[in-house]
Formats: sequence, C-alpha cells, structure tokens
Amino acid sequence: MIRLQSVSVELDDRRILDDISIDISEKRIGVIGLNGSGKSTFARLINGLQLPTEGIVTVDQLETIKQGKEVRRKVGFVFQNPDNQIVYPVVSEDLSFGLKNLKIARQDMASRIENTLADFKLTHLSDRFTHQLSGGEKQMVALMGVMIMEPDYIVLDEPTTLLDLKNKSRLVSVLSGLPQTILLVTHDLDLLDDFDRVLCFHEGRLYADGSPDRVITAYRDLCSAC
Amino acid sequence: MLSLYHKSDSFLHRLSAGYKLLSLVGVGSLVFVFDTLFFSGSILALILALYRFARIPLEKCWRQIQPVIWLLGIIFLAQVFITGWEVACLIVVRFAALILAAGLVTLTTLTSDMIAAIEACLHPVRRWVAVEKVSLALSLAIRFIPVIADITHEVREAQRVRGLERNLFAVAVPVIIRTLKMGTQIAEALDARSFDSTPE
Repeated sequence: MIRLQSVSVELDDRRILDDISIDISEKRIGVIGLNGSGKSTFARLINGLQLPTEGIVTVDQLETIKQGKEVRRKVGFVFQNPDNQIVYPVVSEDLSFGLKNLKIARQDMASRIENTLADFKLTHLSDRFTHQLSGGEKQMVALMGVMIMEPDYIVLDEPTTLLDLKNKSRLVSVLSGLPQTILLVTHDLDLLDDFDRVLCFHEGRLYADGSPDRVITAYRDLCSAC
Repeated sequence: MLSLYHKSDSFLHRLSAGYKLLSLVGVGSLVFVFDTLFFSGSILALILALYRFARIPLEKCWRQIQPVIWLLGIIFLAQVFITGWEVACLIVVRFAALILAAGLVTLTTLTSDMIAAIEACLHPVRRWVAVEKVSLALSLAIRFIPVIADITHEVREAQRVRGLERNLFAVAVPVIIRTLKMGTQIAEALDARSFDSTPE
C-alpha cells in the first residue's frame, strides 16, 4: 500500500504540493490535472525521486526518505520521454542495466531478458540499436527496462504523450495485462475508463478523488471554469 | 561503434572482446616491428580472410576503408616521390591492415562486450577507480551521440525556419541547454533503475 501523510513539497520557494494525505491500495490508479497542478511531483514522490519537504511517504511500510533504494526496487518508473531513460546502445544491453544494478547473476540475466522480450512479443528487437527504434518501440523498451526488474508498482508519467494512436493502443493493452499496481499520470482521459480510482490535482491540492466517471466530470468542470 | 556491429555466429563473434583487443594491439605492433612488404601484405591477406571467416559481406569490409582511401592515395603518391614505390606500398598496406583489423574488431564485438573488456582491463586499479561508473560513462557517451545529433538537427531546423541559416550561437545555446536538461533527466532515470550513484 502507498501512503502519504500530510505531505508537502516546496521547490524554489514554490509550494508544489500542499498537505496531501492519501492511502492507495487499488490496482489501477489514474492521476490527472492541469499543467503545473502537481501530479508529476506526486508520482515522483512514490518512487522517491522527489522527497517530501514535510510529511512522510511510505510504500509497503518503506519510507522514501530513509529507505530510498528499497523503495526504488519496489516501484518502477516510466518517464515521458524514453530517450532519456534508455542508457545502452543496444536493446538487450539496455534491459540488462537494471539487472546489473540488482546484482543478478549473468546466466539468470540472459534468461530474464529473453523472457521479457518474449512476453512483450518483441524478441526481434533484441539486437537492434536503440537510437534506430521508432518512438513506440522506444517506449516499449523503456517499459521492459522497468518490468524486467519485477517491481510491485509501476508509475508512468505521461507515457503516451509522444506516441501515435497505434502505439498508444499497444501500450494500453500491455499495461492492462500487467499484474502490478499501475499508477498512470496522463492527460489522455480515455485511458482511465477501466481504472479503479482517479485522483485529480489542482494547484498542489487533491481536488477530486474517486471513480473515473465522477473525477473526470469534476475535472472537465474545472477546466471549463478556469 | 554506434551501429557497425554485424550480427553473425562465427568464432570471431564468440571470441572474448579482451582477446580481440589484445590481438589488435599485437597486430598493430607486429606490422611496425617487421617492416617488410611481404609481412604486412601477409597480415592484410590474413585480415581479409578473417572478414570472410566472420561472414562479413564484402561491401561492409569496403566501407571500413572507403572513407580514408583518398588519404591513402595521397600518402602513397607522396611516399613514391620521397622514398620510392616499395616504401610507399609498405606504408599503405600497413595502414590498410590496421584500419581493417580495427574494423573487424568493431564489426564482431557488441558495445557491451567491448565495455566489459575495458572494465576488466581496469580491474587492477579498481581500488582507486570506480570501474562500473567508468563503463557506464562510456556506454552513455556512445548511446547519446545520436541523441545529441538529433537535438542539434532539430534546433538547426527550428532556427532555419526562423530565418537563421548559419548562426553558430543560435544553435549552440539551445543545444547546450537541452543537453543539460536531458542530463538531469537521465540521472533521475538511472536512479529510478536502481543505479547506485552514491560516491564510493
């Protein structure tokens, strides 16, 4: 379970998030809000990339301030731009990066890479150069790079922004089949139809929280009022 | 090194990158120690045979030497006038052998294996040098050359649209800013993938 207790984040004297308290135990959680509303900061808090200025963030009782490394092993993070996330020149090499960090044995590493590529039906990409992949393929490689580390939670920060309709549908279908808890930050409201819970942020505060229908309606009203 | 690897299943592909790099150093030294045309010619013939053995198409072999063929031509002509045709042939054959040998190592070795070999070379000094970080830095440098080239191309096109055809400053500033910003995001991505960035 993810728990935020009275969490605030201040950056350059600006309050990005203000006194957020929330428990998350659902499997599919959507996060929406206007630009600059604090939703990306909220997502980064969960993986420990951003530490709270006040309050406590815990993931399965692990505190992000004190147990950052352990939290990062539990929570995978997929960024908006896969180009900034892929670190090796060849796909299979990039998939090995996280495994090396987890000190996985060389033999296990090879089988895990093979299995992950097979699960995503992307075995043909194994020896391809990462800079020669399409945007959709890069995003898939970025997701595989996270999945191969077998996290319990996956946070995705606007992963469909750079994708065309075909690749977006592909990513969505892959995500819907994953057993992990998914926390998706997005501007694409259609993606959240089947989600268990949606959070809407506005000016650093939790503006609405509940079922997709209810929260998306509240968000649309907010957009038209702004 | 970015996109030269030629996938195949030859003995040369399977051979450890360390041995290949060591052999490259050996060949490079031998052609200078035994400075006869016959020896250098034999080495060149051997390297060409290894290309065939590694099942690398002739076209890829030619591409290794093609960019410097004009330079070899100039060296040959200059040496013919200065020292005679025999030395000119020796020098050109020697250079060609070295270039093709280096190309062969690159074509048959994955970047990760090359980096692992460099990592192994640094093993004796690991008490003073953070070997994993050096190898990661090498990988990142190789990985991000095409990314930075893309950024430069995008910025140049954006400036061209705005009427700035040849303005180095107008290209350099946005490229540097975007690269620095990208650097921060890459560091975060490394952290997110459990890379231990704490100083040793």
